[in-house]
Order: sequence, then structure tokens, then C-alpha cells
Amino acid sequence: MMESLGIVFALAGAALAALMAGIGSAIGVGMAGEAAAGVVTEDPQKFGKVLILQLLPGTQGIYGLLIAFMTLTQIGILGGDANISLAKGLLYFAACLPMAFVGLWSAKRQARAAVSGIQLVAKRPDQMGKSMIFAAMVETYAILALLVSILSIFGIAGLNI
Amino acid sequence: MAEQYTYAVSRIRAMEPELLSRAELEQLLAAPDAVQAMQQLADKGFGGGEVFATLEELLEAERDRMWETLYELVPEDEVFTVFRYETDFHNLKAAVKAAVTDMDAQGLYRDNGTVPAEQIAQAVQKREYDALPEHLRQTAQQAVDVLLQTRSGQECDVVIDRAALEQMNEVGQSSDVELVRDYMEWSVALADIKIAVRGCRTGKPAAFLRRAMAPCRTLDTVQLAAAAAKNMDAVYAYLTYTKYAAAADALKESMSAFEKWADNQIMALVRAQKTNPFTIAPVLAFMLAKENERKTVRMILTGKQNGIAEDAIRERLRDAYV
Repeated sequence: MMESLGIVFALAGAALAALMAGIGSAIGVGMAGEAAAGVVTEDPQKFGKVLILQLLPGTQGIYGLLIAFMTLTQIGILGGDANISLAKGLLYFAACLPMAFVGLWSAKRQARAAVSGIQLVAKRPDQMGKSMIFAAMVETYAILALLVSILSIFGIAGLNI
Repeated sequence: MAEQYTYAVSRIRAMEPELLSRAELEQLLAAPDAVQAMQQLADKGFGGGEVFATLEELLEAERDRMWETLYELVPEDEVFTVFRYETDFHNLKAAVKAAVTDMDAQGLYRDNGTVPAEQIAQAVQKREYDALPEHLRQTAQQAVDVLLQTRSGQECDVVIDRAALEQMNEVGQSSDVELVRDYMEWSVALADIKIAVRGCRTGKPAAFLRRAMAPCRTLDTVQLAAAAAKNMDAVYAYLTYTKYAAAADALKESMSAFEKWADNQIMALVRAQKTNPFTIAPVLAFMLAKENERKTVRMILTGKQNGIAEDAIRERLRDAYV
């Protein structure tokens, strides 16, 4: 019985990565979308500029999906042998956590930076590049979490436990 | 929730470049006469881009345009109620004088109060004070009584002005928004200082001044009224020990220097919101910046109409928000 729990934990990890990073991105893109709509109401020509800023908090959701997909492939849910030990299942679960938590939090914080950037573009359209850099800085931490999760997932596959 | 106003603040940011900058005010100052200055304003979209016959019509149109946008952004928001009280009390003043002295006040009423001006006018005319909202009821009755007894417009204004300040400060201080609390505190304190100075110069007794001043946290109105009943030096001496010490320096220069200083203090308070991307505060800041803009436009155009030299008008110009 305990042995079969491995797959349960591994799948829970994959679901958590997709779930939390997805929620973060949905909140973030929504918030930035409100700001973008505010600017476009007054100046429709800024649509292209604000759209790019609106999309920035959306990447975390994609990273979450990637981690979930990789985990599902590794644990055999999408084909192959789905029989993994409890220890491995827990390790997969832990490997997904960085992406899940950092994904949620960084998307929300990036949205705030994106909203500020959209407001900056509203006042000074020539500062588009700088406003993107401010929001993109937050992306660093989402990418670091993605890296740790990817390296862990691949590393676990080679472990003999 | 702070993020609730993301759309509103972003739209406000897109509108901020429309506010008249210092350079645009300079252009306005350089206009050969008031008519051309009004044409310049219309070209910039001030007052909706129309050309108006009088300055008051232009300013009123711009004021209506601003409120229309604010209603669209944050409909029925309590935060604005406190700012609309000012219009209510202004309308009450006109209504009381119209009812008691048979003066024609039709052109004096303003829109955008919390109740229609017509309702206030009719209630006061018929002395049906229950038809008035609660914040005006008692003041309306008191103002009518005072005007009937004393026949003094000034006494009536004192009653209404104090009630307005008191009401706005009371509601303002209970607001969750720091800007509203600070703005109301400053407004009441500055109004009290103005009352003290004018009272001192016209030799009003301390009792009258105490009646005219509205209480606030940062000034002791009893001490200020007592000082104003003595002389200006006593007023300066009292102010030195308050957070309005710089007001004394401006007052020593002139009353208009003090008014400029006062408006600049308010603008400094408001300008802090330029870097705030969330909450209702930047929307309020925009509203106050528009008020300041109207005040500046009025100053320049009235100066132009009266043939006042460019430099003399420039000296009185307040700091702009943008």
C-alpha cells in the first residue's frame, strides 16, 4: 500500500506546479490587463506597447505547465511504467515545489511591476524599454525556480531508490 | 483591496499629460489678451475644446468634465462624497441668501454636489429642512435664523463655512485613505489661519473668531483666536510652535504669499501620489491637481482681463502637479 503512494505524491507535485503557477499568472495577467485597458481607453494607439507588458506575468503559468508535463512524462503517467517508489514520489513532489510557490508569488509581484510599467508608458511612451526591464527583473526568480525544478526532476530519474 | 482601482489609476496616468504643464502656463501668460488665452486653452482641449464666452463658463465646463470622468472611473465611491460636500455647502449659502433676501441665485448654483442644488434651494425657500440631507439640515436652519436676525451676510457665511469645514474634516478623518485625512487636516488648519489673519486685520473679537474657526488636530483654535484678537505678532508667535511655522514667514511677506505657500503645501501632499500605482489616492490626487489647475487658469485669465503685468501674475502662480 505505502509503495503505491509514490505515484500519488509525484502527481500531486505536478498538479501543484501547474495549479499555483497558473493561478499566479491568471491573477497577474488579469491585473495588468485592467491597467492596460485603462490606458487604451484614453489612447488606443498604445495597445501594442501595453499588451507586451500585460503578457509578462503570463510566463509563470507556462513554466508550471512545463514542470507538470516533465514530471508526468518521468513518472510514466503519459505512458511507460508508472510504478515508482514512495521515496521517489516524495522527491518528485519536492522537486515541483520551487516552481509552484515561486511561480505563484513571482507572477503576482511581476504583475504589480507590469502595472507600474504600463502607467509609466501611459505618461512617457518613450520609456517602454525601461518599463519592460523593471517587470522582467522579477522573471529572473521564476526562471531560477524553473531551473531547480527541471534539474531535480531529471536528477531523480537517475537515482536508485 | 488596493488593486481594485488598477483600471482607474492607469486611466488617470494616461490623462495626466493633459494637465497644463509649467511651459504651457507660460505660453498662456504670454498670450496678448484674455480672449486669445481662452482660445489657447480651447486648442489644448481645456473645457472640452469649446470656446466659451466667459471665464466662469469655461471653468465650470472643465469642472463638469472632470466629475464626469471621475463618476465613470469610480461610480458612487464614498471617498468622493467628502469633496462633494463643499459644493453642497456652497449651494446652501446661495439658497439661504436667495430665500431670505430675495436675491436671484440661479447662476450661483453648482452641479456635482451630493444632492441637486434645486432640492436645497426649494427646501430652504419653503423652510422644509427635513427635505435636506442630514449634513445640511441643522446648518441650513441656523444660517437662515442668523441671516434673519442679523441681516449680515458675513455672519451667515461664518455659520455655513464653519459647518462645511467641520463636516468635511469629520468625514475626512474617518476615511481609510491617508491622503483624504491629511488633505482635510491641512485644509481646515489653513482655513483657520486665514480666518485668524483676516480677523486680526479687521479687528474682530476673539469670540467671533472662535465661532468662525473649525477645530482640527494640529491647531488650537482657542489660542489662535486669542492671538488673532491681539495682533499679528501674536499670531506669528503662536504659529511658530505649530507645524505651520513656515506659514508665519509667508504671512510676514503678504497674504497672497501665504495663499501661494498654502496651495503649494497641498500640492506637495498630492504630488506624493505620482509614484503610487495602486489605491484610490492617485485618483483623488488627480482631482485635486485639476482643482489646482483651474485655480491657476482663473488667476492667469483674470490677470489678463484686468491688464495685470505678466511678471506680477507669474509671481502668484502655484506649483503645477505635472
